[in-house]
Amino acid sequence: MTTTTLVPDLPAGNRRPVRAGRPLTRVSGLGLGVAMVWFSLLVLIPLAAVVVTASEGGWDGFWRTVTNEQTAATIRLTVGTALLVTLVNIVMGTLIAWVLVRDRFFGKRALEVLIDVPFALPTIVAGLVLLSLYGPDSPLGVNIANTRIAVFLAFLFVTLPFIVRTVQPVLAELDQEAEEAAASLGASRFSTFRRIILPSLTPAIAAGAALSFARAVGEYGSLVLLSGNLPMRTEVASVRILSSIENDNPDSAAAVAVVLLAISLAVIVVLDVLQRRVMRRG
Amino acid sequence: MADRLTAARTPVGHRPGRYVLRTVVTAYLFFLVAWPLYLVGRNAFAGGSASFQDILTDPDVTHALQLTVVIAVVAVVINTVFGVGISILLVRYDFPGKRALNALLDMPLSVSPIVVGLALILVYGGRDGWFGPSLEAAGFQIIFAVPGMVMATVFVALPLVVREVVPVLQEVGDEQEQAARSLGANAWQTFRRITLPSIKWGVVYGVVLSLARSLGEFGAVKVVSGNVLGDTRTATLVVEEKYLNFDKGGAYATAFLLALVAVACIIVVSVLRPKEER
Repeated sequence: MTTTTLVPDLPAGNRRPVRAGRPLTRVSGLGLGVAMVWFSLLVLIPLAAVVVTASEGGWDGFWRTVTNEQTAATIRLTVGTALLVTLVNIVMGTLIAWVLVRDRFFGKRALEVLIDVPFALPTIVAGLVLLSLYGPDSPLGVNIANTRIAVFLAFLFVTLPFIVRTVQPVLAELDQEAEEAAASLGASRFSTFRRIILPSLTPAIAAGAALSFARAVGEYGSLVLLSGNLPMRTEVASVRILSSIENDNPDSAAAVAVVLLAISLAVIVVLDVLQRRVMRRG
Repeated sequence: MADRLTAARTPVGHRPGRYVLRTVVTAYLFFLVAWPLYLVGRNAFAGGSASFQDILTDPDVTHALQLTVVIAVVAVVINTVFGVGISILLVRYDFPGKRALNALLDMPLSVSPIVVGLALILVYGGRDGWFGPSLEAAGFQIIFAVPGMVMATVFVALPLVVREVVPVLQEVGDEQEQAARSLGANAWQTFRRITLPSIKWGVVYGVVLSLARSLGEFGAVKVVSGNVLGDTRTATLVVEEKYLNFDKGGAYATAFLLALVAVACIIVVSVLRPKEER
């Protein structure tokens, strides 16, 4: 029951280890070559150009740019808020995944759709969406536009799906017998959760948290209309990079971009390590 | 099997906590997503359908909508071909650097869209990019033109097809492909008759998700487009411009159209997905 198979004659539950692949043939080698050229032209060379441009001013130039008072403030705000949002997501994301997997009630399907909305909704629309409930015309009477709470809320909105979607499948495949055994041996519900369930969920939560953190750090679109981009107050790193580009100062744009790229790279390394750990365990 | 499942699903003892959790989660999603989303719909129809008539008769807006669709479709086609091809290579073949490529493919999901735009300008910018000046001398303008916008859109949606297709390919295994090959099918026949039908749904999800992402890309496209009215302005840029110019009706109406497509894409995926899992 734990595996989903597409081919009917494969017995369910008999997931074979993925065999090591074949060596490249002439056709597949050509395909790989074409794919790598495209990937390099589109992703690798441009990202390398960012790093090269940032390093042109030397270490001193780079350090001066990123420790510039206004720039440093944007990086602090971005990373700090992203960390805070990730913490909230760890709790709420796990909770949402739990309810979606273990509970059954009318309207659950609608909640499933709501989870994915922030992923598919254009970010500029996400900003407008939040503005309509928490902005100047709010029916709730709260106006958080142009404050740091707006940055927090925008990050919270766009990162909603990540932890839910990484934890959900792991939770669904979890064997409930261990939980029942723990309960029958007198473990409280909290200690069953902490000792039995949480350890199996930790890699998935960590992977989701890494994605959600990376997404928040690079967020731009949802903040345009919502946060006002006030220097020293609500300006985030991406906005700072954009204004450097628009002021025809690609060197300082690249320097801040390198800081964000370093964060993305760290996230990828963490994810790769976690995925390997999950696969070894599974 | 079924008995055990139902047994496990029935509550063990009395669980008032379940209702608390259910309420907390529903309230959280209501305030964070559902209510704000509903308000955009209401604001869009605040003046009846007048806002929609305004934007749909504005040639700049209709041009932006057309451009958005064209860019998204081209980007999705490129990403589908690349995504299916690279997934097959990653799952079925061995080559040096496979693990690094696998990890790097996720990079676009965690790179800021503004950094994507900056990276493309630094290489393809017409004035002092690495390749830009020579390309422009040869007659290819990339930045501040449609090709650059397509590249930015392809970049941000790059991993979506791969992420959907790779697990499916791993799941189905390659026995049928081997059988087909041993019966004399060539590579193309094997792909079309065996591989493609078995990964069909993975590809469909990947395409729908990429389409939603591509239609809605904002930051990266904003940086590389130059945002020229009636020329390189896309639908998401129209939303920003209308809102900042105090045309809230137009902004909400355009945003509503974009949100409608996004929600439709999610619903399509969520309706299709259980069919495969049954």
